[in-house]
This record gives sequence, C-alpha cells and structure tokens, in this order.
Amino acid sequence: MKEKPGKEKPDVLQGTLALMVLKTLDVLGPQHGYGIARRIEQISGDVLAVNQGTLYPLLLKLENEGSIASEWGASENNRRARFYRITAAGRKQLQEETHDWEQSAAIIARFFEVRAEDLP
Amino acid sequence: MRFLRRLFIRLSNFASGRRADQRVREEMAEHMALQTEENLRAGMSSAEARRQAVLKLGAPEAIRESHHAEQSLPFVENLLQDLRYAVRMLLRSPGFAFIAIATMALGVGATTAIYSVIDATLLHPLPYPHPSELVKVEANLPGVGAHDVGISIPELRDLQSSGVFQYVSLCFFGTNNLTGTAQPTSVVSKSVSPSYFAVLGANAQLGRTFDPHDPTPGFNLEVVISDGIWKRAFGADPHILGRSLRLDNDVFHVVGVMPASFRDQGRNSDERSTDMWAAAGFFGDPAPPPMRGTRFPFETIARLEPGLSPEAAQGRLDALVASLKKQYPADYPPQAAWTIHLTPLAETLVGNVRQSLILLFGAVGLVLLISCVNVANLLLARASARGREMGVRQALGAARMRLIRQLLTESLLLFVLGGITGFAVLFCARKFLLQFVPESLPSLNDISISWGMLAFAIVVSVAAGTIFGLAPAWVTSRLDLTATLRQEGRGSHGSRQRSRLRHILVIGELALSLVLMVAASLLLRSFWDLFKVQLGFNPSRVMAVETSLPNPNDPKTDIYHTATQEAVLLREVLRRNRTIPGVEETAVSDRAAIPLGHGQNDRRAAPLFREGQEVQSSQPPLIDTSIVSPEYFHLLGMTLVRGRLFVDQDVEDTPLIAVINQAAARTYWPNQDPVGKRVRMLGRLGRQRQDWTAIVGVIADARTESLADAGIPQMYLDIYQRPAKFLAFYLRGQVDPAAIPAQVRTQIQSVDAELPVFRAETLDDVLSSSLSVRRFSMEMVALFAATALLLAGLGIYGTISYLVNEQSREIAIRLALGAPRRNILKMVLRQGLALAGIGAGVGLVGAVIVSHLMAGLLYGVSPYDLSIFAGVTAVLTAVAIAASYVPALRAMRLDPLVALRYE
Repeated sequence: MKEKPGKEKPDVLQGTLALMVLKTLDVLGPQHGYGIARRIEQISGDVLAVNQGTLYPLLLKLENEGSIASEWGASENNRRARFYRITAAGRKQLQEETHDWEQSAAIIARFFEVRAEDLP
Repeated sequence: MRFLRRLFIRLSNFASGRRADQRVREEMAEHMALQTEENLRAGMSSAEARRQAVLKLGAPEAIRESHHAEQSLPFVENLLQDLRYAVRMLLRSPGFAFIAIATMALGVGATTAIYSVIDATLLHPLPYPHPSELVKVEANLPGVGAHDVGISIPELRDLQSSGVFQYVSLCFFGTNNLTGTAQPTSVVSKSVSPSYFAVLGANAQLGRTFDPHDPTPGFNLEVVISDGIWKRAFGADPHILGRSLRLDNDVFHVVGVMPASFRDQGRNSDERSTDMWAAAGFFGDPAPPPMRGTRFPFETIARLEPGLSPEAAQGRLDALVASLKKQYPADYPPQAAWTIHLTPLAETLVGNVRQSLILLFGAVGLVLLISCVNVANLLLARASARGREMGVRQALGAARMRLIRQLLTESLLLFVLGGITGFAVLFCARKFLLQFVPESLPSLNDISISWGMLAFAIVVSVAAGTIFGLAPAWVTSRLDLTATLRQEGRGSHGSRQRSRLRHILVIGELALSLVLMVAASLLLRSFWDLFKVQLGFNPSRVMAVETSLPNPNDPKTDIYHTATQEAVLLREVLRRNRTIPGVEETAVSDRAAIPLGHGQNDRRAAPLFREGQEVQSSQPPLIDTSIVSPEYFHLLGMTLVRGRLFVDQDVEDTPLIAVINQAAARTYWPNQDPVGKRVRMLGRLGRQRQDWTAIVGVIADARTESLADAGIPQMYLDIYQRPAKFLAFYLRGQVDPAAIPAQVRTQIQSVDAELPVFRAETLDDVLSSSLSVRRFSMEMVALFAATALLLAGLGIYGTISYLVNEQSREIAIRLALGAPRRNILKMVLRQGLALAGIGAGVGLVGAVIVSHLMAGLLYGVSPYDLSIFAGVTAVLTAVAIAASYVPALRAMRLDPLVALRYE
C-alpha cells in the first residue's frame, strides 16, 4: 500500500530526498544524520543547502516504515550519535524506486529529444 | 505494507505516550557540533561558524514539531486536546451542559424508541433467510368483487408444479384444545402444509420439522411445537420428541421443537407467537374431495425460486392462469375473472400500522429537529458570552479552522453525550415503555433495544451535532477582531448575523411545533369522535369469556358434531352462568361475534347465494357471518327494525333462519323487504351447500366490526341451528371482573371437564383495545407536540431574553428620556409576537401539507378543520407571549441608572 503524497510542502523533494537517503546509506553503509546530510549536499547541491533539519523527521518516517534501522554509536569525534543503516526491505524499495525513476526519466528524456520534424 | 507498519508504530507510540523528543534534540545537537567543527575547519570565526550551522539546520522548534508529528498522530492528539478542553468548558457551565444534554437526550431517546419499533415492524418483519423470496399468494375474483377467495387442492398442485416457487404452503391459523395436562388449555396453533417450514426456511432446534414432500392425506399427526410452550407446558423436557399430545381429542406426536428465536409469520402478535404446527395434506379424509371449485379459505404463502423477481413470477403465473381458464372453462367462468396475485409477504404483514408508524416517526423526527434547534440556539447564546474568548484566541494566532474545529468538538460532545444519555434512559426504561405499545402491533415481541439501536442513537447524534453545531461554530468564530475586543464583555451589540440566525432558529422551532400540534389535535379529535361514536350496542357491564370445543379430525368422534348435541352443553352452561351472583343476563356466540374483538381474524366472509339471483353469476358476493344465541341481541342492546329475532323454538330440525343488519338489507336487497327472502351459504371447509336459510329479521346497524364504519353488512345465524366451535359466553350484570374467569371456568368444566376457559374480558376493555393503535399514536403525537411546545417556549424565552440584554442600553436611554414603561413592555412583546407570527405562518403552511398526508388516519374530522388550525395558532401565540412576558417585565423594570453605568 503506497502512501498518498504527504502534506509536507515540497512533495517531489520529499520523495526524492527519501530516495537519496536510501541510496546514500546503500553506498556508504551506516551513517549518522550529519553524514547523510553532507553527502546529499555534496552531490545534489542546493536540495539540502538549507533546512538540513528536515532530514530528521524523514529519517524517522523511513525508520517507521522499516526501510532503515538506527542505533546509537560513537561519531568520529567520539560523541554519541545516532547511526542509520539500510535494511533488506529498504534495499528492495531502493531497487524498485530506482527502476521506476530510470523508467520515467527515460520516457521524459525521449519526449525532450523529439523535434517537430520527427513526428509523422 | 510500509504505510501500515508506519501507522501501527505511530499508533503504538501514541497509545504508550512514548516521546522521541530527547533523541531528536540530541541528534540536532550533534549535527550542529559537527557542522560547527566543519565550519571552523573552513576558517570561520567560532561565532560565525555556529551561526552558519544554525542557519543551515533550520528552525529547531519546527523540526522538533514535525519530528513529533511523524512520531505520533497529531490529528488525534489535537482532537483529544479539543475534547479535554470541551469537557472543561462544559464542566464550567454545568447548567448549560445539563439543559443541552437533557434536550438532546429527549430528542434522540424518543427518536431511537420509535425507530426500534419501526425497525422490528417495518424494516425486519420477516426474520427468515432471503425474506424477499417470500410471497403471499392470493386468488381473486374481481369480476364478482370477491377478494382472497382461497385456493383449491388442484390449484395448489398447479402452483407447486409451475416452476415459479420452491415451495408453496397453505396455512390456517386457529386454536386447539390441549388436554391431558393439568388444566385443559387453548393452544394457538396452525394447520399447515408439510412444506410450511421449508417455505420459511426455518429449522427445529430439537428433532425436525415436517418433510416438505410428505404426501400423507389428511393430518399426518405430527406436531412441531414452539420453544415457548416447550418450556411453559413441558418444562423443557429433553425427551419430548415422540411424546404424544391430545389436541382436540386427536393424538399427535411431537417431532420437533423450534428454536427460541423463531417467530411465526402473521399479522398480529397472537399469530406470530403460534405454539404448535400440525401438518395436513388438506385432501383425503376429513377434507372434502379435491375438486377444482372447492377452495379452502386459507392463506397461501410461498417461496419463489431464487433469483426470480416477484414481477417476473407474476408474469408467469398470469400465463398459467390463462391456460388453466382455457382448460377448465366450467370452473373458471369468464365473468368471475379469476386471477392469482402475488404480494411480497413483508407487505401483507405490516398492513395498516405502517401509516401510523410513519406518522409517529415523522412526529418524533420533528421533535428531534426542535431539540437540535434548541441546542443550537443555546450554543449561539453562549457564543455571545464567549465572543471575547474567541477574539483573544484569534488575536493570539489561532486559525479560524482550528477554532471551528474546537467549537464543533464541543457541540459534538454535547450531542453525543445527549444521545448516549437518551439511549441509556431508554434502555433502563424499556420494560416500562413497552407496556404502552399496543399489543396489536404485529411484531411487539421483536422490539429490542440493542447495540444496533445504540449505533443508531450515536449516528443520529453525530449527524445532528455536525449539522447543528456547524452554524453556531461558523458564526462564533467569525468576528471582527477589533470591534469584539473593544466591546465584548461590556454588553455588546453582538453580531447581526448571530441574532439573525437565532431568529431563524426560533421561527423554525415555532413552525415545527405548530405542525406537530395540528397533527396531534387532528388525531385527538378523530380519537375522541371515535370514542364518542354511537355504537349501536351497549358494551357496559358485559363480560365475554371464551372457550373452545374440540374439533377432532374424524367428525364421528366429535361429541359436539351436531347443533342438537352442542345445544345440550350450551343451554346447561348458560343456565349455570345465570346462577353466578350478580349476573342478570347471559348469551353465547361464536368468537367472531364478539363486538370489536380479536376474533376479527377468524371472521372469514362467507359466499352468499341469494334465491332467484344465483343464475346471474356462479360467484356470489361475500358476507360476514356470526353465529349467536337468541339472547345475544338483547344482551348487547341491539334493536330489531323489522321481522323477528331468534327464539328458543328455533332448533336444528326447524327451518334454518338468519337475521341481517340494515347495511346487508340495503346492499343485497335494495328497495325490497328482505324479510322472507331466502339465501344459501357454504358450510365450513366449503363441504356442502347448506339448505335454504330464510331471513326473519333485520336489526339496526351497529359498529360491531369497526368503530369507524357502521355500514358493514352482517348476517347472524342461530347457534342452535349451526354449531360453532370457538365460543364466547357473555355475562351482563353487577359482576366482579376479577372473579368471573374462575367462576365461569367452574361452571363450564363441571359440564365438560375437558374444555379450556380463557381470555375473560369486559367488552369495554375489548372496545378500548380495538382502539389501541390509534390511541398509541394519538398519545405519542400529543406527547411529542407538548414537548415541542415546551421546547419552542423555552426557545422563544431565551431569544427574547437575549434581545432584551442586547437592547438594555437602548431601553435604558429610552427610559431615561421619559418613555413610559408600558411602551417598553409593548416593544419587547411585539418582538416576541413578530417571531410567533412568522413562525405560525410558516408552520400553517407545513401543517396543511402534513394534515393532507395524514388524512387516511383521521376519522370524522376534516384534515383542514378550521377550528383546530385557529385554536392551535392561538395556543402557540399565547405561549409565545407568555414566554416573552418574563423578559419583557425585566426590560420594563430596568433601572436606567444601573444599566447605563454598567455600560
């Protein structure tokens, strides 16, 4: 059962942000919130340049959905930090959504390539 | 899946009150620390590094808020918060809460009560599987105006093999004498085709029902008994199966016990609580030979083939009827126009109470509306008191939707509490209230105050609370901030909209109560007219006690087979009854002759063949017949108009005679003298045509059949010429109704110890219970109307008080300027009158519509009776003036100094 698009304002962003989080955790292994935020910032630029805090409610949501799990651990500077890792369910979700994304991206790309003279 | 998992975790967090606040704080702190370090490494000053980190993270409060929202269920939390607040607000004004809850309890409780009656009677009249497949089969002869003439055995077989029905069953409702027990009892019983239970789709709890394909002719001597009599008469004996019972001197064997929840189908509660079912083939001894023209005057019910609509079934039956008419032209003369008509069984059972119940439901619906309006009015009144609170909250940033939601929560709480209270009162008082439901209601025993009713009450309250809470909430939350904050709390001029809404509500209330009062008055007048009607007979000081003679299957074993045999018993019992102290006169008749009695069900109209007119059609008109002893007419004070009554010399061997009433004379012998005319009737079970019967007398019309109709043709036969099985003994005199049953039982049983004696009633009681449904609906509607009037009075009182409060400044100025106090009084009263006037105007239009709709329930009064309309309007106006008078007095006595200083 898929959730209706959340009422939180940037719908697309929320969806893509979740995907980014999952991908980050899949590639980098367990990370704390700051690590995830930095990584996303590095790659996507301004999606998370401000309001990085919105990540935390999202992490909780993903955790409640069972896509990620979390536990306390020690950060680089030996302070207590919450580490998140992707679960099997999360990996499956990531695969599915990656596939969906690629498919829709490919379709959109094809539409963009079309010029008037190509059409019969 | 993921969504469900998330919802579940949130739910459990919400339920356990678990907070993740500490966690998100810690995570944010760590986030900030890491970011600050990073910034420092990038060469910022420590203050700047921290500032940038904060900026990048975003507002921590908002993050915590949305983190918390994700953790738990914010909507429910808000709701609970609103609810807590609403409870606090109600507790703070207990008077208001009490009145509002009591008003709603009244409205919802009354509606639920009536709904429970409707649910049992109209919505679920047939407690059987697939009730829509059940139909009543009726044969009519419209050509000769004969209705429901019954079905003959060959016709029954045609129906069974028509492919339209799964099963077809005849049934005949009556009583049997159960003897061999401590006291002979009269048992409510039904003779049915073996397929009867298969038609209903009912099974026994113990043993079995009848084999639907049992081909036994006559009675197969098996009985199925009800759970009720199994417990009452046989102590729930687990070995009852196979036990033999003596019913009307025949020995039957018990083959099954029906479950406690089983109710027979039938038009009245007597029939629905049938205690024994005996299966009969209705052909072979003792029934007459199965001839096509020998119709049994029994009811026929059937179960349609699954998936066949009654319309389609009717179509196929019409074709069958047409082919049968062609095949047997002698049995179905074209002028009789024989037809077979299917009616859904549910419709035939509800019958004439439907209209009364719908009227009641309409009336109670109006009461509910008025209660809602009243509570909405109260809410509005409170709105003005709370204007300042709303203003402050809005000024502090509460969104309007949020305020509406909270106000709506408050009103919903009130309405639902009211509904639950109403239900609780109803539940506790159900035994007491059920006494008032007339026994003649078909499904009296099925009325229950159950969970379904609670659900109904809550749904009604929630719907009412939403509808009637929304408007006040809307108006309350909509205010001009600055004006409110400046003025509220100092006796404001309030919002124009608010008082307009209040006026509309009060006008609505007045209009609705006027409608109810007109309906109640019309019913009251009808009832009164019926009650005061010239009966044509004298029921006072008369008691009727019933007994029944056994009717064994083999007439040869019947010791009361002939009138002469029976006359010995009757004359002896009459003689003995006359010796009971206080008794002045006695008589006996068959049960059908009890004036306005329940025996109406047994009364089947008999075909009447008139001498010299039988050639015209082979299908005679039908006439109601009663079998009475000679003393019957004198005992009931019925007057002879022509000819003579029965005398003791008329016995079985002398020529058969009959007495008719004037209506029969008018109908069948118009402009002729009926005395001396001869008629012929069919005997019981249509067995043989009896000899010619001469009409010897005509009596004045009396309302023995129906209070509302004096002109029903009647024919009376002499009990010493034609034996009857179901008897009523009458005693007139100064007797003690409590002692009579035992005294009569002693007298009857000392002649024949095997006769049951039951149901002793005074004729006044019989008469009054014949009015029970009418009385019930009249009383109920009157009660509702009184409630409505009271509520409307309160409503107008509240509104005028409110107006006076609002205008106190204006009034004070007028007084200070020297206006006479009388003028102030007039001014306020005028406002009340204006409301009443508009309300009455609207209400009169509604009342005309409603009274037009209920014309069928009225007797002797025009639905547009001017005096009733005028009287009710006058009463309503008087109440409105009285309700306005108190606040008007208050306005008149206003001390201008105090009022103005207060301002």
